Amino acid sequence: MGEALTRLAERFTALLGADSVITDPVRLRTYECDGLTSHRATPGVVVLPGTAEQVAAVVRACVAEGVPYVARGSGTGLSGGALPRTDGVLIVTSRMRRILDIDIPNQRAVVEPGVINLDVTRAVRDQGYHFAPDPSSQQVCSVGGNVAENSGGAHCLKYGFTAHHVLACEVVTPDGEIVELTAGGPGYDLLGVFVGAEGTLGITTRITVRLTRLPETVQTLLAAFDSIESGGAAVSAIIGAGVVPAAVEMMDALSIEAAEAAVRCGYPPGAGAVLIVELDGPGSEVAHQFAEVERLCRAAGAFEVRIAAGDAERALIWRGRRSAFAAVGRISPAYLVQDGVIPRTSLPKVLARIDALSAESGVRVANVFHAGDGNLHPLVLFDDAEPGATERAEEVSGAILDLCIEHGGSITGEHGVGVDKSRYMPRMFTDTDLDTMQMVRCGFDPAGLCNPGKVFPTPRLCGEAPGVRKGVHPLVEQGKADLF
Amino acid sequence: MSAPEELPKLLGDCVHCGFCLPTCPTYVLWGEEMDSPRGRIHLMQQHQRGEPLSPAMVQHFDACLGCMACVTACPSGVQYDRLIELTRAEVEREHPHSAADRALRRAVFGLFPYPRRLRALRGPLRLYQRSGLDKVVRRTGVLERLSPSLAAMERLAPPLGRAPRLPERVSARGGRRATVGMLTGCVQREFFPGVNAATARVLAMEGCDVVIPRNQGCCGALSLHSGREDEARRFARRTIETFENVDVIVVNAAGCGSSMKEYARLLADDPAWAARAEALSARTRDLAEYLVELGPRAPRRPLPVTVAYHDACHLAHAQGVRSQPRALLAGIPELTVREIADPDVCCGSAGTYNLLQPGPAAELGDRKAANVRATGADVLVAANPGCVMQIADALGRQGAPMAVAHTAEILDASLRGLGPDGFRTPLS
Ligand SMILES: Cc1cc2nc3c(=O)[nH]c(=O)nc-3n(C[C@H](O)[C@H](O)[C@H](O)COP(=O)(O)OP(=O)(O)OC[C@H]3O[C@@H](n4cnc5c(N)ncnc54)[C@H](O)[C@@H]3O)c2cc1C
Ligand code: SF4
Ligand code: SF4
Repeated sequence: MGEALTRLAERFTALLGADSVITDPVRLRTYECDGLTSHRATPGVVVLPGTAEQVAAVVRACVAEGVPYVARGSGTGLSGGALPRTDGVLIVTSRMRRILDIDIPNQRAVVEPGVINLDVTRAVRDQGYHFAPDPSSQQVCSVGGNVAENSGGAHCLKYGFTAHHVLACEVVTPDGEIVELTAGGPGYDLLGVFVGAEGTLGITTRITVRLTRLPETVQTLLAAFDSIESGGAAVSAIIGAGVVPAAVEMMDALSIEAAEAAVRCGYPPGAGAVLIVELDGPGSEVAHQFAEVERLCRAAGAFEVRIAAGDAERALIWRGRRSAFAAVGRISPAYLVQDGVIPRTSLPKVLARIDALSAESGVRVANVFHAGDGNLHPLVLFDDAEPGATERAEEVSGAILDLCIEHGGSITGEHGVGVDKSRYMPRMFTDTDLDTMQMVRCGFDPAGLCNPGKVFPTPRLCGEAPGVRKGVHPLVEQGKADLF
Repeated sequence: MSAPEELPKLLGDCVHCGFCLPTCPTYVLWGEEMDSPRGRIHLMQQHQRGEPLSPAMVQHFDACLGCMACVTACPSGVQYDRLIELTRAEVEREHPHSAADRALRRAVFGLFPYPRRLRALRGPLRLYQRSGLDKVVRRTGVLERLSPSLAAMERLAPPLGRAPRLPERVSARGGRRATVGMLTGCVQREFFPGVNAATARVLAMEGCDVVIPRNQGCCGALSLHSGREDEARRFARRTIETFENVDVIVVNAAGCGSSMKEYARLLADDPAWAARAEALSARTRDLAEYLVELGPRAPRRPLPVTVAYHDACHLAHAQGVRSQPRALLAGIPELTVREIADPDVCCGSAGTYNLLQPGPAAELGDRKAANVRATGADVLVAANPGCVMQIADALGRQGAPMAVAHTAEILDASLRGLGPDGFRTPLS
């Protein structure tokens, strides 16, 4: 451990107590990665604060020493956003997990950042409410992590992403001040900038979330098609007809095979693609639209349509989809989870190109997607024991992102850029775009100590090697940026 | 497969998704990665790659309750049960625990698997004075750790008299539908003889001839779940011999049932025993599991009580038996079943855990007791003696004692038409 870190560890122990500071190398290593295991770095020190004041004190101590720091929630991120710095401090929120207030009349709850997403819903479900963002990882990921990644889930097609359900954030700024960012006030929408910033603009220590009423009725169907093309056509027809489903999910033959192997979900045999469509809302409206959806699926060529008769059957339909990521482990020794976005209408074209890519390279790709909003999750399968296979898989995975950009889409729908995709940013944005984003970042974090090395390909402008910046920031000097 | 080949493969199954974190009792308590399943697997991987077993590492393995909630939660099919068993065996072999810890472990493992020695405890602490263990015990502070649990056992044990001895055979009532063997279990037999009697009666009333071999010993559960594999194998062989002649072995203690279902694996490398072990595992059933398979025949009489059903880890997570006990309880007229919040999180009993790690065990017990109280039920129902003692003890500490019963006792009361006073009276 470097001298600065040694001094910091002592300072943290005095501030938080010995059982909230980790310095043993074996223990530190368990924090070396998040849900993306291909990037690893052992943190210099780990701290487990219990309050916003402690987080602020830790941040101030880091700033005083010029040491970088990274926030971490449950460590389920898939882009390496919580990848620690060996020369830095990892600030873990897993002990800040109290639900501070539930205010049903005003449809809001106030939670600490380490509170698990699903626990918010569990706390209010009996009263007829839920926290709408539902990433597949909802039983483990933290609300703080959701805010940082602006996470979404199957039902975001209708309900929106985390950003639409956060009303305020208490934030420890990169210089260690505690401020409150709220939605909808006059002036700049700083909350809007903060949500989705992947932990680079500060650490949120208290979040006010919106609670949404549980729908009166839910109807779910599973439609089986011969091909992805006909499934894709059904999606376009449904959306084109003005129906706003709560969720539209599609899986291709390979991912169906994996899900069957893992959870025996019993999807119609021989399907080239299955579509899961869920509608929710007032009973009469749902009933009417549901009939329409069923008709459109059949018209697009569905050879079997199953309608869930109750919660148990609905759970069975969803089980295959929800297990898909993990299930792929059963049909392949290793895999990469890709996350990209394309316009919904380009679906058949892009999928055909992915097929071609796969055939050319001999790398298998299973496709799972939030079809309603064009968010693809191609799963690139490979055998990590085979020399060169990892590189080939990464190449295919990268080529898929190029396809997304080429079709006017994006390199990430919900998993974030982190370290994993920073190198793709220049393919999507010009240098000027990136510089502008960096200026925003510098406004919050002039010293470049708050989760450095993430999101942007190369440290530019103020973001070079971390260190305490003495004197006026060059950007400020040039009149390009202001400090908040 | 031997451990050196098996371990890397099993470790490789973990994709580091973290889905196992929220149901891990130690993660719930401390919120630290290295005391979560994912973190422990990471530590195992470090050791696999050459990192020595440091005291820090061992501390996190020792803190694991072996509750297997992580096995249930894992979408990737990681066999954490196997991983921790292999790791514990390695720790037993390679890592010298401190003298005090060793004495405590010796005391625990010299006690629990032996019904006769356990019986001596029913007169409090007699065993210690007799066996000369008391000196070791005093020196190491073991007594302080053991005594709260002993006190709990003492409170819970039926107040007076010897445990009724079960006959070697109980005949089916009505037409015989099956012949089953019954495991009486160490702790169950000495501290909850009423549960065994109720189990035998329920099986008989449902049309089973019940064979209860006198010479049965410990099934080896505590040894197996603590990395003492050789000891566990000895117990397993003996149990196999004892029960080789019955079609089905019914077990009413969750920990015992889960270890007997593991015999096949435990003795897989022993050519003389592998096939016999596999056959025995395949014939082992938890009581509730078996009764549901058999289907109800005896008429249920009303039992107007509200019960809170507690999922014992070794039943729910290790054996996947969740719906059956609930179905049996729900089948009793006028009985209401309430669910306990956070059903997946262990109560802290976990075999010998409450003796070896008393601090966290007590905290988990308190959490569970609070959730049990919140149900407003009259009776706590669980199918494992350890859980019952642990939760009853915590309820007592909170000044809210509650009646406790095994699923078998509730069924027994209903089948015999005893009414709600038919089972154990509340503690005071
Ligand atoms: C199997 C699986 C399925 C998934 N499915 C989905 C899905 O359907 N949709 C989806 O959107 N995502 C999904 N994810 C990704 C991941 O779960 C989300 O990104 C989640 O929001 C991360 O939360 P976390 O608590 O694990 O954060 P972490 O991984 O710990 O951190 C993520 C980022 O947030 C930052 N951060 C954490 N806490 C704070 C804080 N308090 N203040 C500021 N920054 C903070 C970190 O620095 C990091 O950059 C999935 C992941 C897995 C493993
Ligand atoms: S067995 Fe229980 S205590 Fe041990 S890691 Fe798994 S969930 Fe945690
Ligand atoms: S044990 Fe299973 S649930 Fe836990 S991190 Fe590993 S793969 Fe995920």
